[in-house]
Amino acid sequence: MIMVTRTFADLIAVSDPSSKGMHMATTLTINGETKSFDAPPEMPLLWVLRDILGMTGTKFGCGIAQCGACTVHVDGKAVRSCVLPVSAVENRAITTIEHVGNTPSGAKVQKAWLDLEVIQCGYCQSGQIMAAAALLAATPNPDDSDIDAAMAGNICRCGTYVRIREAIKQAANGRQS
Amino acid sequence: MIIDKTLPGVSRRSLLTGGLATGFLLAFHLPLRAAINEPVQPRDTTDGRFAPNAFIRIDETGRTVLIMPQVEMGQGTYTSISAVLAEELDADWSKVEVQHAPPNDKFYGNPTFGLQVTGNSNSIRAWWMPLRKAGATARAMLVQAAASRWGVEPASCTASKGEVAHAASGRKLGYGALALAAQAQTPPKDAAVKDPKDFVIIGQPLKRLDTPDKVNGKAIYGIDAILPGMKFATVAACPVFGGKVGKVDDTAALKLPGVRKVVVLDDMVAVIGDHMWAAKKGLEALKIEWNEGPNAEITTKDIWQDLQKASEKDGAVAKSDGDIAKALASGDKFEAAYELPFLAHASMEPINATVHVKPDSCEIWTGTQIMTRVQSEAAKAAGLPVDKVIVNNHLLGGGFGRKLEPDMVIAAVKIAKQVDYPVKVVWTREEDIQHDVYRPVYRDQITASLVDGKVAAWKYKVAGSAILARWLPPAFQKGIDIDAVDAAVDAPYDFANFHVEYVRAEPPAVPTGFWRGVGPNNNVFAVECAMDELARKAGKDPIEFRRSMLTKNPRMLAVLNLAAEKSGWGQPLRARVGRGVCVQPSFASFIATVVEAEIDDVGEIALRRVTSVVDTGIAVNPDTVKAQIEGGLIFGLTAALYGEITIDKGRVQQSNFHDYRMMRINETPKIEVIVVKSGEAPGGIGEAGVNAGPPALRNAILAATGVTLRRLPIDRKLLAVGKKA
Repeated sequence: MIMVTRTFADLIAVSDPSSKGMHMATTLTINGETKSFDAPPEMPLLWVLRDILGMTGTKFGCGIAQCGACTVHVDGKAVRSCVLPVSAVENRAITTIEHVGNTPSGAKVQKAWLDLEVIQCGYCQSGQIMAAAALLAATPNPDDSDIDAAMAGNICRCGTYVRIREAIKQAANGRQS
Repeated sequence: MIIDKTLPGVSRRSLLTGGLATGFLLAFHLPLRAAINEPVQPRDTTDGRFAPNAFIRIDETGRTVLIMPQVEMGQGTYTSISAVLAEELDADWSKVEVQHAPPNDKFYGNPTFGLQVTGNSNSIRAWWMPLRKAGATARAMLVQAAASRWGVEPASCTASKGEVAHAASGRKLGYGALALAAQAQTPPKDAAVKDPKDFVIIGQPLKRLDTPDKVNGKAIYGIDAILPGMKFATVAACPVFGGKVGKVDDTAALKLPGVRKVVVLDDMVAVIGDHMWAAKKGLEALKIEWNEGPNAEITTKDIWQDLQKASEKDGAVAKSDGDIAKALASGDKFEAAYELPFLAHASMEPINATVHVKPDSCEIWTGTQIMTRVQSEAAKAAGLPVDKVIVNNHLLGGGFGRKLEPDMVIAAVKIAKQVDYPVKVVWTREEDIQHDVYRPVYRDQITASLVDGKVAAWKYKVAGSAILARWLPPAFQKGIDIDAVDAAVDAPYDFANFHVEYVRAEPPAVPTGFWRGVGPNNNVFAVECAMDELARKAGKDPIEFRRSMLTKNPRMLAVLNLAAEKSGWGQPLRARVGRGVCVQPSFASFIATVVEAEIDDVGEIALRRVTSVVDTGIAVNPDTVKAQIEGGLIFGLTAALYGEITIDKGRVQQSNFHDYRMMRINETPKIEVIVVKSGEAPGGIGEAGVNAGPPALRNAILAATGVTLRRLPIDRKLLAVGKKA
């Protein structure tokens, strides 16, 4: 409904051929697709996603795994992509916010997030949703302490925590709004 | 996003027809501008669309695009502004789409400021009537078009959900079918707005228009801009305030794979690379010698000493009722000073701007609260006329006042000038925290006297930065910063002898600016802390004490009474658990808040429960009002619990979220927000919650421990069992 999404979808520049990089090609499986690109092995997955592959749904917040804005799933577990070297995730299944709606827990979380209008600025919410979806996949009926443990690594500066907690419970119960 | 070449600032052939930007002179005495409905340019009927003014576009399919004069940074304003326009337009809400406005003060300038600025919880307050008029005028033109096609009186037609109907003949036409004909109508001079009792969109808990794309990674913030051939840069500014770049050895950096170029500016070095990682590694590999300049010895300790000294001086008188000197000479005297620290904004989206400078133009992709100022400052930095600078605004990943400054865009333009490709400049979190424009330190002194258990005299003196003197000079008059004394000059209580002064005290070299909650965030804290201390001195319950001085303020009294009821005020609590209250008149909203907190034996604080009752007049989107109070409370409580920027050797000592802490979900209390029904004009809400939390928490701590805290952030050491402040 809102007309403020990707303006330049058809213009995304994937790894500039004039790059003077001397890296080995890296191959990752992201959202079920195979992606090959040149990147230093120690380069964090976050920057590969955002700056090489043009997948900007995963956000940069702190760079030191303190805020959770960059959370993605690796083999279904929530990890901070800002400190995760690409060399560590070859042959692993990576899921990002762009695809999490195709998983059962991700779809439930997205729906609950909208039903309860959790989101304000939304910048941290990719990471919040990824963390919540991983929580629900592992713990289908989390209690408050499970929610605290799974979500305390994700900062929301707008302060949407009250609704995040409520939305996780709603997603877990499958209640309709 | 729709690329609408007809919008002012984007257009070579503007189709804009009715300037609805208005010149309501609210807070600042700026020149009156174009009145509602004043024709700005000849109207054009060639593109088949109905474009009655700067805010509404309806095409022949009925697609309704609303252009947003204020920016969306989480506060929900895109939905609320759309609701106000759609209400009076009688649009089909399910068909409404929104679009960012281009820079243009004439069309999109906030009526209060005369500038295209989003701040001071002022979007709905300032645009309430102008946007209703805009919608009503457009509706009237659609009705005229239908009536004329049917050969009936416009008064015999009605509009609803994007259609005009003629009940007598059963005929109906959608807005799309009427678009072209409506475009040819003459706008009525004074189209009637609705009676609020007839509202069908305003006042409903509306689903936000911006959130569906925020759950799946599709929403595009400034930091997400991608352009063909774009490179990535990150920066290091001189760690000492005001310092300059000395020597830079870039030998090692330029050998790194992916590093393209090192750009040396006056006070900042940037590395451009194929991606942020290369830029970061390149920056780390630079050897930079800084000329630290005259500020390398600045410490917060010295700044506090200077502020304390400055605050002892007499200030400029902002308000004086009664005879303060005489009234202070009698009764039971009270004196206190309250101190608030420097704060960083730390919006989750780090500072960024993407810029492409060409020989004759400059294009910018960013998220800013100040569209036109960014455009004009970028023009200066690029050495181009303003009309050669295009600014593409985006969703903001939090603003909080940081993006009321253009510094990041100016720096990005200077960097982009050195290359011929677009460059996305992203600051690391460390740069963001250490090179912010900080919430100033404030010291607020209160001298009061109690007679018969009430405040008989209240002398209040604010000392701190005059942000407006820098940011909007015409608003700084007679030595008074009206922001710094906001919520002090209009304290809600019946104080017969009431005197407010302001002392301008600028910290050396530390840039200071607006921070969510603005002026009231120092004054609500000081006023409400002092009120609790005075209540204790008078031997009264804090709410009872406040009630006795709210007899002329029924809206405030009503929210306070309801907050007392809903919070369980007065019900017994166990030891070291307390409730504290705050009432506040900020942003033309009336809010009473009760915080319940528990303090353990070592002084650690657990927030148990927060109850906030809000009278914000007509709540355009009540669910957003609730959300803003919930989030604002957490923003303010975060500052009370953790927020402090300190300076040593001219450098900020904090750097990232490990040492500039944020409240997290496990620390978040239950929050209940009650929005009371009101027919008054809408108040501001985006910042109000911020100011409620700190004094209410501080007063809860006072109730729980008897410890009188007079500065933030809260010092846990003072709260351990057996300690006295």
